[in-house]
Amino acid sequence: MPAQSIHIKDLRKVYIVTQQETGAKATVKSLVRRRKQEIAAVDNISFDLAPGEIVGFLGPNGAGKTTTLKMLSGLLHPTSGEATVLGYVPWKREKSFLKQITLVMGQRNQLVWDIPAQNTFELNRAIYRIPAEDYRRMVAELTALLELGPLLHKPVRNLSLGERMKCEIAAALLHRPSVVFLDEPTIGLDVTMQRRIRAFIAEYNRRFEATVLLTSHYMADVEALCKRVVVIHRGKLLFDGELARLVQSFTEHKTIVVQIGDCQNDLASYGEVISCEGGRFTLRVPKDKTARITERLLADLPVIDLLVEDPPIEEVIERVFAQENP
Amino acid sequence: MKALLDLYTQQFKTTLATMVAYRASLLIWMLGQVLEPLVYLIVWSIVSNSSGGSIGGYATSQFAAYFLLLMLVNQVTYTWIMYEFEYRIREGLLSIALLKPVHPIHSDIANNLSSKLITTPFMILVALALVPVFHPSLPLVPWAIVLFFPALLLAFAIRFLLEWTLAQSAFWTTRVGAVNQVYFVLMLFLSGQFAPLTLLPFPVQVAAYVLPFRWIIAFPIELVSGRLTLNEAFIGLGAQAAWLLASYFLFRIVWRAGVKIYAAVGA
Repeated sequence: MPAQSIHIKDLRKVYIVTQQETGAKATVKSLVRRRKQEIAAVDNISFDLAPGEIVGFLGPNGAGKTTTLKMLSGLLHPTSGEATVLGYVPWKREKSFLKQITLVMGQRNQLVWDIPAQNTFELNRAIYRIPAEDYRRMVAELTALLELGPLLHKPVRNLSLGERMKCEIAAALLHRPSVVFLDEPTIGLDVTMQRRIRAFIAEYNRRFEATVLLTSHYMADVEALCKRVVVIHRGKLLFDGELARLVQSFTEHKTIVVQIGDCQNDLASYGEVISCEGGRFTLRVPKDKTARITERLLADLPVIDLLVEDPPIEEVIERVFAQENP
Repeated sequence: MKALLDLYTQQFKTTLATMVAYRASLLIWMLGQVLEPLVYLIVWSIVSNSSGGSIGGYATSQFAAYFLLLMLVNQVTYTWIMYEFEYRIREGLLSIALLKPVHPIHSDIANNLSSKLITTPFMILVALALVPVFHPSLPLVPWAIVLFFPALLLAFAIRFLLEWTLAQSAFWTTRVGAVNQVYFVLMLFLSGQFAPLTLLPFPVQVAAYVLPFRWIIAFPIELVSGRLTLNEAFIGLGAQAAWLLASYFLFRIVWRAGVKIYAAVGA
């Protein structure tokens, strides 16, 4: 067992995109010569994951997250750089490698649409050559953890989005992979279902000591699961470290939520008013002045309730990206 | 081997369940499989009858035998992968297949065989039901009937590998429809689907012999209809074996190149 479960060094993926201009003249011209442009979807990123670690992989759309996950699961060849997963070079796609990993894409389905999920499970059992006893135990375990019971026997097309996702995740984990890549596993799901899936991922990681690399646009996922985050933007690595440190190092502000009678008061002198609903003001104030402003608010106004918070993680992330494009 | 058998068994169950879910469309599809050779049969019967009951060495009753056998041979060798591959790439299904520790062709073979296992008995019944309508004449030559089965199996294997390979043109172009169209036209005339090959101009016949098409459809039919000598039958089986080998190598080369491109540009 290598010391690192996932190792990435100077990984780079360049796509060549043909540019198509509009207009008849340009179209005719493009028959002969097409303008080609190189786009670095992933641009020299390096990071490692220790066995059993859960890491959040963050970045806006088009940042290069999915491209990275595809390289790590062997679907894409990098343009340059190196990567190993469990000691294997992913894009060689060795069978023994493929048997130990999984990639769950929230927007792609492997379940056969018209028949019950149970059937796809059986198919995966045969594909991964899971011994009958292990298979039975794993199905029972996943069924209990994800509450799949009644879902397994219904045709997949009759399941709700959330139910289907639960079955998708189960199907992807039957062979008990020790490295799990999750690409937006909670996309489009309601809050309750998101929470269920989150709890399940944490449990799977704990129980099987699996390494998990997770992308999500829901910061709640990341906050609940990942101590460490890797942030990329336009293919470049912006941050790699503890989530708490990300919040600290990228925010000089705190949020004060203060409840007073109504929204008539002008609180601009205390801080930047972000919103007010039903007398509930949200103010942004410099971190080092938080205590003093709180004091003043309590002294000056008929405060019913007051709350000091770190800004929402979404806002922090947004700020991280904003710094990159002035 | 045991693991592969298990995989094929599971795929069979999946295919069966899917087909049951799609009963109606299955029926329509089978109707198409029956109608096409039936139309040719009717046309050629009329042509034959109007030219004195025989044309190009085929009597009306022999046309009937030819096209009813065609119905069965086509049924056994048919594939649908060429309609699917581009969709798979576009929808990311190929990615899912590539994540699995088995070559994707296995699930396609298993899927094809499973669906054949279910539909072929129906096609045989349909062909038998058409016997009293068209009065086919089929001389029963024992050795020809024995050799028919390996010929049919080889025909299926060649067609499957060739069409699976051709389907991979989707790695290179998004205009798979055009590629398929060219293939279907060649197949229609050169394989003997449209008419027995002896009815076609000599150059077309030569092309049919040299290319794989004849060995996919016409050869097994001619064999079991007693139109070939024993010698011709063995030459035919040899040609089939050669084409099988060639298609296998072609499949290997194209798949490797295709996956390389897929891995380079993504999907």
